[in-house]
Amino acid sequence: MIDIGLGHYLTLGAIIFTIGIIGIFLNRKNIIVILMSIELILLAVNINLVSFSIYLNDISGQVFTLFILTVAAAEAAIGLAIIVVYFRNSGTIRVEEIDKLKG
Amino acid sequence: MAHAIFFYIFSTIAIISAIMVTASKNTVHSVFFLILDFISISCLFIMIGAEFLGMIMLIVYVGAVAVLFLFVVMMLNVAQQKNQWFSGESSSKHIPIGLIISIIIFFELIIVVGGWKYKPDLFNKVDLSSQDTLSNTHSLGQVLYTDYIHIFQISGMILLIAMIGAIVLTFRQREGIKKQSYLKQISRERSEGVELLNVDNKKGVSVDD
Repeated sequence: MIDIGLGHYLTLGAIIFTIGIIGIFLNRKNIIVILMSIELILLAVNINLVSFSIYLNDISGQVFTLFILTVAAAEAAIGLAIIVVYFRNSGTIRVEEIDKLKG
Repeated sequence: MAHAIFFYIFSTIAIISAIMVTASKNTVHSVFFLILDFISISCLFIMIGAEFLGMIMLIVYVGAVAVLFLFVVMMLNVAQQKNQWFSGESSSKHIPIGLIISIIIFFELIIVVGGWKYKPDLFNKVDLSSQDTLSNTHSLGQVLYTDYIHIFQISGMILLIAMIGAIVLTFRQREGIKKQSYLKQISRERSEGVELLNVDNKKGVSVDD
């Protein structure tokens, strides 16, 4: 317990990843919370990459974490723009009321 | 010892705030807990030795992405829609399935982490303190601009495309808004701007603007 190793960080990443998955599945509010859950999942992936990079003493994991940060920022911007356009057209972003595709 | 204490403090804060992101009723509170989550995870990164990434996480996520979320949440006025977490009566049938799938995913990940125990030499091979004299930022920059230069430039293109896409998506031409037109102003002449009228006494003129 006292000795913090790679397994602790991977477990933390797994827990945050699962919380993000639960947030996507059980969300009843609006799409913005789903986007935040996706950010949580990307954060868990970043934790895994950084901890492996530190413990294996290889810098390329941190380089890939930088690229994941870039893609996450781009994804958040595009997703929020789509949400704004949808809200302008339909007046709601609640998950239950978005059923145009009859999925 | 100190490493363990700080790890448990920051990871507990991170997990609790991650739960609160998905469970809180107010969306603005969710964004605030997302910020708290990012801050505690970046503290973990700085603690483990990836200082550059921790600071970049603070700048990019807390400074840009979370503020973007806050802008959109407040602009769309969804903060008042305080719905319960499990409020959907008609669609509550996929909640147990979602819970089951999430728990299965979590146990699979835990099994993967436990599977690493079978290679015990991997855990104890490197201690936390970096042996080389290079700082974290220095060593990142040495590989980022040489080995990964193409991926670096492609990520720049991704950011550019995301910016253009966001602008194109949310751009809208409004009707009925008067704008200043320099060309019209400059090309205006006296003949069309001024008119001399012969006004009758006690009649006046009607000027249509």
